[in-house]
Amino acid sequence: MDLSSINPILLVASIMVSATPILFAALGELVVEKSGVLNLGVEGMMITGAVVGFAIAVNTGSPLVGFVAAAVAGAALSLAFGLLTQFLLSNQVATGLGLTLVGLGLSSLIGKPYEGIKSPTLPKLNLGPLSDLPIVGRMLFSHDIMVYVSLALVVATWAFLKFTRAGLILRAVGESHDSAHALGYKVVRIRLLAILFGGACAGLGGAYLSLVRVPQWTEGMTAGAGWIALALVVFASWRAGRVLIGAYLFGGVTVLQLNLQAAGADVPVALLSASPYLVTILVLVVISAVGKHGAPASLGRPFHAAS
Amino acid sequence: MIRLEKRPQPSRLISALTPVIAVLLTMIVGGILFAALGANPFEAIRTLFWDPLFHPQFAAYSRPQLLVKAGPLILIAIGLSIGFRAGIWNIGAEGQYIMGAICGAGAGLAFYPSESPLIFPLMILAGALGGWAWGMIPAILKTRLGTNEILVSLMLVYVAETLLGSVSTGLLRNPEGMGFPGSRNFKQWDAAHNAEIVSNTGAHWGVIAAFIAVIFAYVLLSRHILGYQVRLTGEAPRAARFSGVKPARMVLFCLGLSGALAGMAGMFEVTGPAGQISIDFNSGYGFTAIIVAFLGRLNPIGILLAGLLMALTYIGGELAQLMLGLPAAAIQLFQGMLLFFLLAMDVFTNFRIRIGQGAKA
Repeated sequence: MDLSSINPILLVASIMVSATPILFAALGELVVEKSGVLNLGVEGMMITGAVVGFAIAVNTGSPLVGFVAAAVAGAALSLAFGLLTQFLLSNQVATGLGLTLVGLGLSSLIGKPYEGIKSPTLPKLNLGPLSDLPIVGRMLFSHDIMVYVSLALVVATWAFLKFTRAGLILRAVGESHDSAHALGYKVVRIRLLAILFGGACAGLGGAYLSLVRVPQWTEGMTAGAGWIALALVVFASWRAGRVLIGAYLFGGVTVLQLNLQAAGADVPVALLSASPYLVTILVLVVISAVGKHGAPASLGRPFHAAS
Repeated sequence: MIRLEKRPQPSRLISALTPVIAVLLTMIVGGILFAALGANPFEAIRTLFWDPLFHPQFAAYSRPQLLVKAGPLILIAIGLSIGFRAGIWNIGAEGQYIMGAICGAGAGLAFYPSESPLIFPLMILAGALGGWAWGMIPAILKTRLGTNEILVSLMLVYVAETLLGSVSTGLLRNPEGMGFPGSRNFKQWDAAHNAEIVSNTGAHWGVIAAFIAVIFAYVLLSRHILGYQVRLTGEAPRAARFSGVKPARMVLFCLGLSGALAGMAGMFEVTGPAGQISIDFNSGYGFTAIIVAFLGRLNPIGILLAGLLMALTYIGGELAQLMLGLPAAAIQLFQGMLLFFLLAMDVFTNFRIRIGQGAKA
């Protein structure tokens, strides 16, 4: 094994890139769950975002338009989930699973003509003197714009939930929808907005995968990233800052195992390939052993005003 | 003003009708989808639901396929439905299916080329054990530490897939296969081959097992105290605890049972229709079975019918690819839509629509 072939600067840089898709998706799901809704369809929305973003970027030649389209597609799919769970009071677990199945089918249908095509990818930002810094510049300050958007979104989500009135209402709805309803808040409307936001974020995460990280479209390319994002929200005990830590930790595991495979480490390849999933399980186990923190009290419970 | 009003009691009639309405809605929306893909919608629907059974040219081949495809779907869905009823969400049946196949095949291949009649029963047992063990991981984590079984069971699907890739290029690779990935072919080894019992019906041992599972689940749920406890846990967890049902035992039972059934399904598949362990022998039955379980209203008889219907769309989907050039993914979307419409229609079991102001509750 030749560990010296792993360049620590490139390693950190690629960790940031590989963490960005799940960071987007997990942030979206965080807001959804804070409003008391459990949307298990993240994987389906992500992969739909990936294929729509890719297709639009290829057709318009603009990756940014692709990202916007991906967000719209993710939100559109989540709207179906929202209508079903909020108005027709369907079981959230089953509907979320259904959303994933629909998303997987839809994406491979849309994506068929785009297999094997290269897409225009996002340029690296030039942050002037920051990007020219010796080591830190290449590690942190020479990424594309979406990496920084995702970081800004972490701060924005944190501030929104912690400091704004709207954030407080959202959390109130998630903790006790009956009390929030009695106070006159529109529970269903607030939850729908949160679900749409979650869908848009998942779409962005998916598009980052197909437009920057890989950058190509292959069927089933999210490979469980949406589910890992769901696990991250639990890991983060529903806090935005910890979602960031979790996503980067997870990105680190993914990149490290790829690097170890490339360096010919003396570990079975199957174990390395499975390691992101095993680490996710391990993290879930540790978190649950420590005890539950901060799960919104109404999480996953349906709300019907008249009953 | 349209609003929903809770029914005093769930409507049995609507509950039985929703799958039918959902199928009709899916046909309509699916028809629009197929039209958008450039196929004649009526022809597409006929190819999906009618031709597999009655097409003069293809039906002879595709009719037996009905049972071949329905067998594993029903077997897995029965196990899942019992868990779903108790509010235990095993969505990793695909992983348990793969592990059952690996363990079943591995146990058999260890005795190659023995022709003992004990080989096949041993393989069934090993397959069930493999799936059971894979299902026990989320079960024990849930009962001991309270870990979410949805996420763990799903993550284990990906772990099982990498394991499958590893054994089919390593441990279980056919030593006479000239280095190609994949195990020995069970079709060429009579003692371990899960052959058709009556030729040209598609009924292999897995199909028999599925029928037995349906009967077993029916008796369990309607006649046995354990089935009563399962339903009680799902519908009123607190009442169940007060009446002495141990939630931990319920989790272990439900995940273990669904794991074992999924494992058996995998083993029957790999020794029969698939023929060998290969990197991608699994075809998503574990996920489709979730749709089957819901489409069948989590009821054993319903699941039997739903499994047959879903098998029909699989075969019809293959025909539609062949004759109309519809992409395979269109069928996957079609199946997903079916689940969506079903869940959407479900509301009318417990609620009815009131138009106008009416008396305020």
